[in-house]
Amino acid sequence: MTRLIAGPFNRVEGDLEIRLDVKDGRVAAAYVNSPLYRGFEQILVGKAPADALVYVPRICGICSVSQSIAAAAALANAQGLTPPENGAHLQNIILAAENIADHLTHFYLFFMPDFAREIYAGEPWAEAAARFRAMGGDAQREFLAARAAFLRIMGLLAGHWPHTLGLQPGGTTRAIGRAEQTRLLSHIAGLRRFLEARFYGDALEALAALDSADALDAWAEGEADAGGGDFRAFLAFSRDAGLEALGPGPGLYLSFGAYAQKGGHAFARGVWQGGTVGTLREDDITEDHTRAWMVRAAEGPRPPSRGITLPDADAADAYSWCKAPRLGGRGAETGAFARQLIDGQPLVTSLAARSGSNARNRVIARAVEVARLVLLLESWAAAIRPDEPFCLTAPMPDEARGTGMIEAARGSLGHWLDIRKGRIFNYQIIAPTTWNFSPRDGGGQPGACEAALVGAPVRPGETTPIAVQHIVRSFDPCMVCTVH
Amino acid sequence: MARDLPCDPVGNVARDATASPARLTLLWLQSGGCGGCSMSLLNADSPDLFAALDLGRIDVLAHPSLSEASGEDYHALIARILSGQQRLDILCVEGAILRGPNGTGRFHLQPGTGKPVMQLVAELAAFARHVVAIGSCTAYGGVSSAGNNVTEACGLAFEGAEPGGLLGPGFRSRSGLPPINIAGCPTHPGWIVETLVQLGHGAFSASDLDAYGRPRFYADHLVHHGCTRNEFYEYKASAKEPGQLGCLMEHLGCIGTQVHGDCNMRAWNGEGSCIRGGYPCIGCTEPTFGERDAPYLETPKRGGIPVGLPTDMPKAWFVALASLAKAATPERLRRNALAERIAVPPGGLSGKASGKPK
Repeated sequence: MTRLIAGPFNRVEGDLEIRLDVKDGRVAAAYVNSPLYRGFEQILVGKAPADALVYVPRICGICSVSQSIAAAAALANAQGLTPPENGAHLQNIILAAENIADHLTHFYLFFMPDFAREIYAGEPWAEAAARFRAMGGDAQREFLAARAAFLRIMGLLAGHWPHTLGLQPGGTTRAIGRAEQTRLLSHIAGLRRFLEARFYGDALEALAALDSADALDAWAEGEADAGGGDFRAFLAFSRDAGLEALGPGPGLYLSFGAYAQKGGHAFARGVWQGGTVGTLREDDITEDHTRAWMVRAAEGPRPPSRGITLPDADAADAYSWCKAPRLGGRGAETGAFARQLIDGQPLVTSLAARSGSNARNRVIARAVEVARLVLLLESWAAAIRPDEPFCLTAPMPDEARGTGMIEAARGSLGHWLDIRKGRIFNYQIIAPTTWNFSPRDGGGQPGACEAALVGAPVRPGETTPIAVQHIVRSFDPCMVCTVH
Repeated sequence: MARDLPCDPVGNVARDATASPARLTLLWLQSGGCGGCSMSLLNADSPDLFAALDLGRIDVLAHPSLSEASGEDYHALIARILSGQQRLDILCVEGAILRGPNGTGRFHLQPGTGKPVMQLVAELAAFARHVVAIGSCTAYGGVSSAGNNVTEACGLAFEGAEPGGLLGPGFRSRSGLPPINIAGCPTHPGWIVETLVQLGHGAFSASDLDAYGRPRFYADHLVHHGCTRNEFYEYKASAKEPGQLGCLMEHLGCIGTQVHGDCNMRAWNGEGSCIRGGYPCIGCTEPTFGERDAPYLETPKRGGIPVGLPTDMPKAWFVALASLAKAATPERLRRNALAERIAVPPGGLSGKASGKPK
């Protein structure tokens, strides 16, 4: 048995260290450490409830809108407030814009550059992969231009990104007219052009219509050369690099439901296990501190509505600042794969049946989700009625509880708020990567990434194994959210 | 303060660059923060980030979101810098310095080595020709130091508005400059790009920094400059609820008339700014950002007068001018200020003048 300490991992958001026990050329056990503590839950105590909207986006630079939406939802819940349709549409558009930008940033800046590394220099596709080279390969340059142009949506609707205050419990603070609606549609159209020309090499509708793993394989074979789109290139590289066999998920998948709209969510809320979608019960969620540098409640894991977050750097047996959220006592995976699976998207459902979630399928699920989201963006943008209200207000109660359960790009994000005497008494957050990159719990059960790493091949001489890097990045971890 | 610092005269920096057109090396290190300034930097357009680095003749040794190296390659790079084998021209630090708990730095340890990041930053700063603090957390502590500051967060050379921080007020990098504080939460990508290009061209000196170490090219402005709600401000026609068009100073907590930044003179994400997005300036470029006496969306007042008055404006004049302006407010502005969209256009709905002096 050899022990490796892997890290830092560049091209993940925030700090990450993983201890690997290696035996016979494979990872035998993995221990994921989030080596940064930030203290936002403590910062929020005593603040005016609405001030949460100033602080929580600053938990995370890459999911700031998601944090704002979750806080706005928790406050709206406490106030008994529902945004008007225009406000709900703009909230969803702003959140979807972040989600799309994050998925594509993951693809172009974080994940694909690994295929352009020296270790793959001997592969027949090495020349094609050079396009994805870190720090300025052609694909990165094209993507950054498209990203900046697309994120003009944030300047238009939210002031700027990241860290907007324009997302309020009762809607959004900038009412738009026909001219702004036209610009919004044109920014979405610009993204569609980039996606169809460079990312998919095909119409969005064609991607969204793929309904099985076999259909995807046939589509991938269609034009497998470099002109066939960057996503096709990914499918080719990942087949040769064996990504479908890397990083299996835990078999329990979670989604809080994405894009609240009249009558439910655009992507359904629920739990998937053993081929069946079930109901998500909020009461099943607890946070286990057994292996975290956190003060532990005497009675054991608590639900987040009564959770405590107090650091204890000397806590016994701890190895991470991240807590271990559990659903009915079990570790779950969350993210685009879980979200699309629980929504019953046919291709992801088919992939789940064939090989489950893994380093390849997680990336595919993001690509499917981007196509679906652009189509939704187009419909939401068209549905704006400039003559109707965008933002409502209501008094803030002195005593109330509020829950905001939403989906960020990386998965399920929950905010639990307790207001007493007009101030924040307790504010607890469970971020997506807190689920995926949790440490072990009191029962010794590993987190999703820890389990996914077991069995990963380690080549002779590797200290930060390439397979481990692929698996870690396939989750698109956001460590700064994790350790808020 | 900063303008009197004993550092290289302007000419030396410029001559140095002329004599040596060599490319500059840059290391970007993330400390205790959210990574949002990096994400904002990626929004840069015309020039975009890569074009700007080319323009500034800057080679990036490592950036956590962008570069290929992980693990051992990264550690080897740091070791080469700390042994003097690898020149480090620009050290960008993003995120507050977390000194807790109890000064140990254990709230933020470097992955792979377990070394407190605060120690790593101090070691690297000693080798850097220029040290750049990216964002208000890095400059002053920022939101990371809010509340009871449980993580003992501070900036590189400030702790809030007080000189101090990790490196101390006397710190000078090898160029003779104090840390360049690109304050903002987040920073505008243009602020970073333009600072880096100026450094790359040898065109940045101590006189380009304000008293809090911020580049004067953006910090010599007030957020109020270029505010699209200026007509409402002039007449004190104020919004009362989020989403309304009026001036946000009187009721909704806007401190843009006091806060340093050119936010309304250069667009964010193409055409935005906080105020254009319909919400107040909350002062994110200021050294005290992160804590405030009143809720952010409320204006604290004494005797009906906002406690915070526009910079350089005597209170008596503000009171006199405000009451005169209120008396003169055109009906158009009075109505539009409380609306989500323009209710009355200039000249009135029927084409006749709608504003009657009171």
